[in-house]
Amino acid sequence: MYVIVVGGGKVGLNLARELIRNDQEVTLVEQDRQAYLRIEQELEHAVQYGDGTELWVLERAGIQRADLVVAVTGDDEDNILICQVAKEKYLCERIIARCNNPRNLQHFKLLGIGPAVSATDLILNLIEHEVPGHGLVHLLDLPDEQLEIIEVEVVAGAPAAGRQVSDISLPEGSLIISVLPRGKAGFVPTSDTVIQAGDEVLIVLDPGLEQAITSQFAPNGAHG
Amino acid sequence: MMVLVVGAGRVGSAVAKSALAAGHTVSVLDADPLSHERLDAGETTSWEDSGGRFTVGTAIEIDALFAAGIEEADIFIAATRGDNTNILVAQIAQKRFGVPRVIVRVLDPARSDWYAEQGLHTICAVKYAIEMFKNAVLEPVER
Repeated sequence: MYVIVVGGGKVGLNLARELIRNDQEVTLVEQDRQAYLRIEQELEHAVQYGDGTELWVLERAGIQRADLVVAVTGDDEDNILICQVAKEKYLCERIIARCNNPRNLQHFKLLGIGPAVSATDLILNLIEHEVPGHGLVHLLDLPDEQLEIIEVEVVAGAPAAGRQVSDISLPEGSLIISVLPRGKAGFVPTSDTVIQAGDEVLIVLDPGLEQAITSQFAPNGAHG
Repeated sequence: MMVLVVGAGRVGSAVAKSALAAGHTVSVLDADPLSHERLDAGETTSWEDSGGRFTVGTAIEIDALFAAGIEEADIFIAATRGDNTNILVAQIAQKRFGVPRVIVRVLDPARSDWYAEQGLHTICAVKYAIEMFKNAVLEPVER
């Protein structure tokens, strides 16, 4: 696989290093002269000097034959435009963009640039996973397929606690796919499985149904 | 017409002034509060007294665009010093807000051409400069 990485900061340099270690062909593009000279000592011919938003720089790096373009500069507008030309001008099939400011994610979406990786959002997701007593965890988002998988802990006194799966009123477009009782192995429930307070349940759902679902399992703002 | 000019540099401020003089409603957005001085320079009344609007904010911050009135804009001009900022903010104006006329300053000739093919109205001063230099260089020298 041939990968072009634009932006030789901490993210870009480490990424290039790891990819090279995994026997991938990599060109890193860095526009700061000093940074480029420093990186060149280590990566030698695998780094090129230039502004990766300029077409000739991308062409010199061989964007026409790139399997993947990764834009990880510190400027969101640069990352968006690098990916836009990679995708739309050079027909590169796979792109990955770094989003530095989560408020700019809307611009990435507007122009169809994705996946866009935001460190802030990654850490927020980790916090969601790590903080106990936090009702709802997004396990998987599949935006193209319009599906999500969430994990929610059943709170004592919630409408679903102590009920059979068939008696829990879930909105259309959602399904309990797994029950994880505390300290025991998880399993796929049948319609007569009884959900207990303290269990964690995995639910697949259409986006936007979270509120209706948490009201069954963890009402009264036990999440969020 | 409501004209929103992003970037009050030499180009942006001059275009804003002439649009105001032509009777348009003009709003200017720039990250640097001092850029306002360019709008006042050489005028007898201040920019605001002449009816102009000025907002301090970064072009790609959506809140700044709202504050500067992008929703009412009929004409949008992206004229910051950064090509990438201009190309991005122009696409936001065109695709998200549906501004009917979007004009974007791009210094890099190659990308000016490509984005023009994609439907942006780009203006590349560098291309004109190169053309004029070429003509001047190729003119016969009399000595």
